[in-house]
Amino acid sequence: MLLIECPNCGPRDETEYQYGGEAHVPYPEDPSQLSDKEWAEYLFYRNNPKGLLAERWAHTAGCRRWFNVVRDTVTYEIKAVYRIGEPQPTLGGAQ
Amino acid sequence: MAEQLLTDITALRRSPLSHLHEQMSAAGVTGDRGVALREIPFLTMVGIRVEPGTPAAEAVTAVAGMPLPTGHGQVTGTAGATAILWIGPDEFLLVGPEGVGPAEIGPAGSDLREAGTDDAGTAAGLARALGTEPGQAVDLSANRTTLELSGPCARAVLEKACHLDLHPRAFAVGTAVATTLGPVQVLLWRTAELTWRIMPRASFAEYTARWLLDAMTEFASPEVP
Repeated sequence: MLLIECPNCGPRDETEYQYGGEAHVPYPEDPSQLSDKEWAEYLFYRNNPKGLLAERWAHTAGCRRWFNVVRDTVTYEIKAVYRIGEPQPTLGGAQ
Repeated sequence: MAEQLLTDITALRRSPLSHLHEQMSAAGVTGDRGVALREIPFLTMVGIRVEPGTPAAEAVTAVAGMPLPTGHGQVTGTAGATAILWIGPDEFLLVGPEGVGPAEIGPAGSDLREAGTDDAGTAAGLARALGTEPGQAVDLSANRTTLELSGPCARAVLEKACHLDLHPRAFAVGTAVATTLGPVQVLLWRTAELTWRIMPRASFAEYTARWLLDAMTEFASPEVP
C-alpha cells in the first residue's frame, strides 16, 4: 500500500485517495477547431513513461481536494507532492 | 385550506441506529478492559464553506462565537456544546446539540439566536450572516449520525480498522479528522482521553455500529497472553 502525503492532511493510506491520471494535460484553446483525431488524442492519449510521471490524486476520504504527485512508475516512490496550480518541481531523471 | 396539524416532526423521526440501541448497551464491557458504544442521535450539523481570512469567514466567526479551525485535525469550541471541525481548507462542519439555536450558540442578540430552535434555524442563521458574501451554510444534520465509543480499550477497538496513529502524542484530545474506519468514510473525533466520536454517513451507520460491536466482543473475555 502506498503512503501518500496529502498537502492538507499529511500522510494517509492509498485507499483514501482516488487516482486522476496524468497531470498538466492542457485543455485545447479552441476545441471546435480540432479534428476528431486531435480531440481523441486530447481525451485519451497519455504519456506512459518508465520513470517519473506527474499525476493527479484526490483525497476523497479526507479533505476532498485534488493535488499533484510526481511518482516513479518503476519503483512507486513518491518523489514530490504539490498543490494544483503550482508548477511541476524539476527532479533529476525526468521524462 | 387544510390546517397543518402536525407542526413538531421530532416525534416522527427515527435515528439510523434506533433499532440497535439495546444491542449497543448490552455489548458494553466494564472494568480494566472496558469499552462502551452508544449513539448520540440528531446532533445539529451545519456544513460551512468559506475561504478563511475573507469577510465571509469573519461573518461566520462572529455569529458562531468561535474562530474557525485553521488546519488539519483542529477543532474549535467544545464537544459538549458547539464545536467547529476542520474538514478541508475552506470547508468546516459545525456540530452542536440537538435543536441548538437561540440559547446555545452565538452571542446575545445575534441572528443565530433569533433564527429559531431547530437545526435548520442554525444553518439559516449562519447563511443569513453570510449575506451576499461568497460562501454557504447548509443544514447537514441528517447526513451523519454520531457513535460514541468510550472506555480504556476504545483506542484498541479503533486501531483494528483505523490506520492513523491514535496514540495521544499524535492524536490529542480535541482532534478530529476525516478518515476511514475499515472501508467506511467517517469523521473521527477524540472528545476526551477515553472517548471518541465516530460520525459515519447515515447509510453506513448500521455497518459501522455492527462492525464496532463485533470488534468489542473480545474485550469481554480475559486477555489472551
